Amino acid sequence: MERTIIRILRIMGLIIFIVIVAFPFYWMIVSSFKSLSEILLKPANLGLDIRKIDFYAYYEVLFEHGFLRYISNSVYVSIVTVVLSVTLATVGGYAVTRLRFRGQKFMSYSILLIYMFPAIVLVIPLYVMFSRVGIRDSINLLILVYLAQTLPVALYMLRSYFQTLPPEMEQAGLIDGCSRLGVIWRIVIPLSAPALASVALYTFMIAWNEFLFAFMFLDTPEKFTLSRGVVQLAGSVHLSKQLVMAASVMVTIPILVLFLFFERRLVQGLTAGAMKG
Amino acid sequence: MVNSRLKRTPPTFLDQEARLAFWMLFPTFTIVLAFVIFPVIWNLWLSLKPVSLGDLRGASLFRFNLTLENFQKVFSDPDFGSVLVTTFVYTIAGSFLSILMGLTAAFLVHGEFPGRSLLRGLFISPYIAPVVAVTFTWSFILDPQLGVLNWLGVSKGFFAQPIPFFSQRLWELDLLGMRIRLPLALTSVILFEGWRYFPFAFLFILARLQAIPEELYQAASVDGASPFQRFYHITLPQLSTVLSTLFLFRFIWTFNKFDDIFLLTRGQAGTKVLTITVYDYAFGEFNIGASSAVAMLLFGVLSIFLIIYFHWILKED
Repeated sequence: MERTIIRILRIMGLIIFIVIVAFPFYWMIVSSFKSLSEILLKPANLGLDIRKIDFYAYYEVLFEHGFLRYISNSVYVSIVTVVLSVTLATVGGYAVTRLRFRGQKFMSYSILLIYMFPAIVLVIPLYVMFSRVGIRDSINLLILVYLAQTLPVALYMLRSYFQTLPPEMEQAGLIDGCSRLGVIWRIVIPLSAPALASVALYTFMIAWNEFLFAFMFLDTPEKFTLSRGVVQLAGSVHLSKQLVMAASVMVTIPILVLFLFFERRLVQGLTAGAMKG
Repeated sequence: MVNSRLKRTPPTFLDQEARLAFWMLFPTFTIVLAFVIFPVIWNLWLSLKPVSLGDLRGASLFRFNLTLENFQKVFSDPDFGSVLVTTFVYTIAGSFLSILMGLTAAFLVHGEFPGRSLLRGLFISPYIAPVVAVTFTWSFILDPQLGVLNWLGVSKGFFAQPIPFFSQRLWELDLLGMRIRLPLALTSVILFEGWRYFPFAFLFILARLQAIPEELYQAASVDGASPFQRFYHITLPQLSTVLSTLFLFRFIWTFNKFDDIFLLTRGQAGTKVLTITVYDYAFGEFNIGASSAVAMLLFGVLSIFLIIYFHWILKED
């Protein structure tokens, strides 16, 4: 009897959670396919009439509100950040794990500490510094900022992973005359595919979703990333919610798709330290 | 001729290693130094100088005219007390709610059943979706004029009139015969915080739950323990560490959060927290000095909590 009650409660609980998690995304998608008149006249229409699907919101957002440009900016920033982040974190993580040097211990402990520094504390001085020099309005600068935000965690994740690799394989490579970099390229990287994928995904997520610095630093619309662009759009239209929803869908879908695809890997990466309690 | 040149010892392996390590870490180190360490120091400097947005290009930026007037201004601002209270309420309630929801979700999902992977993927969406998308979507859903929740609520008779969730400071309602004035916008923002960040707690708690050895439960069953006893004496102690760590980190991160409140309410209607004042001082009043002072305050609070954390984990060893 107790079993059944627990089971019923569990199913009810799951349904509640599923609804509150999924509904906003459902609404985002459904609203993006509505026309302005539907938004205004039938706001409570929970369903979507397949015959009345309207792609016009996407067309408008892409071609009349500059989102084609914003997408390419976001793609550029995110991919470059990922490539640089993975590269630097790999060699850096390897150095902290395998190479002996003064300050190695210190680096190990301080890596994550850097991650705790909140963006709001960093943004004003950086804004001041770069405005003064005149280079603030730049997406390449954003890339550097995002690297600063993701490298600590990326380094930590890769270091944790490298520590689980048996050093014998690398020793064998070194004895055979391989350089350290060669060992990294030929032995460590192929063995670290899941960890590298986690780092890449995590970094992409941070760079793609980032709002604060994109909002503060970028002035010229041609340079806007998607996050910045969505805010711009929302500020300029007040009733055409379907446009804001279409823009939101465009920002969200890549991340959700990427994530669902690699779900297991990313969860592994995110909870790397959890097992130790 | 005697060759009196000193013979240089060739670089040892240790030297080579150290040099290689240097170059491997150099770019990372430089970036972090320039974009994290330096700004904090720079922030301290700015907080001690009377700087406005117009001074940014002037030479006065580097003069040694240090002053405490920025801190004076911030602390003597009549709103400061309520901003501080709002920040703590938001932080504590938001952290607590997200962890409670994460705990519930973890228990709901824990165990073997079909579709579990999919469910786990779904439950993480609020956390990984871009902040601009989820804030605008929720703003739209809860919009008093166009939002589906208000339309359904009013048409089905749940509400007498639309509720402006994010734009009204207080909401009077009758609950159990008592008249309560609920801080509406703040509550809405806290609820959003729970929704957005519960996946973080969910993931870590679930991972910990799945790492608890089955034998512990089996042994307890053999000894005749009820499900509740098993939960209280086995599960809870095993979770205690992850729960406290979660609370600490969520506290720190929520305390320093800017994006969510800014995008939902711009800090209006009683949701002004310290991070919002950093922005308001800098771009609303053009007072960079005061803005930096608040940022230093945030940094100070962060440092205190980090010191507590390190003290705590060092003690455990």
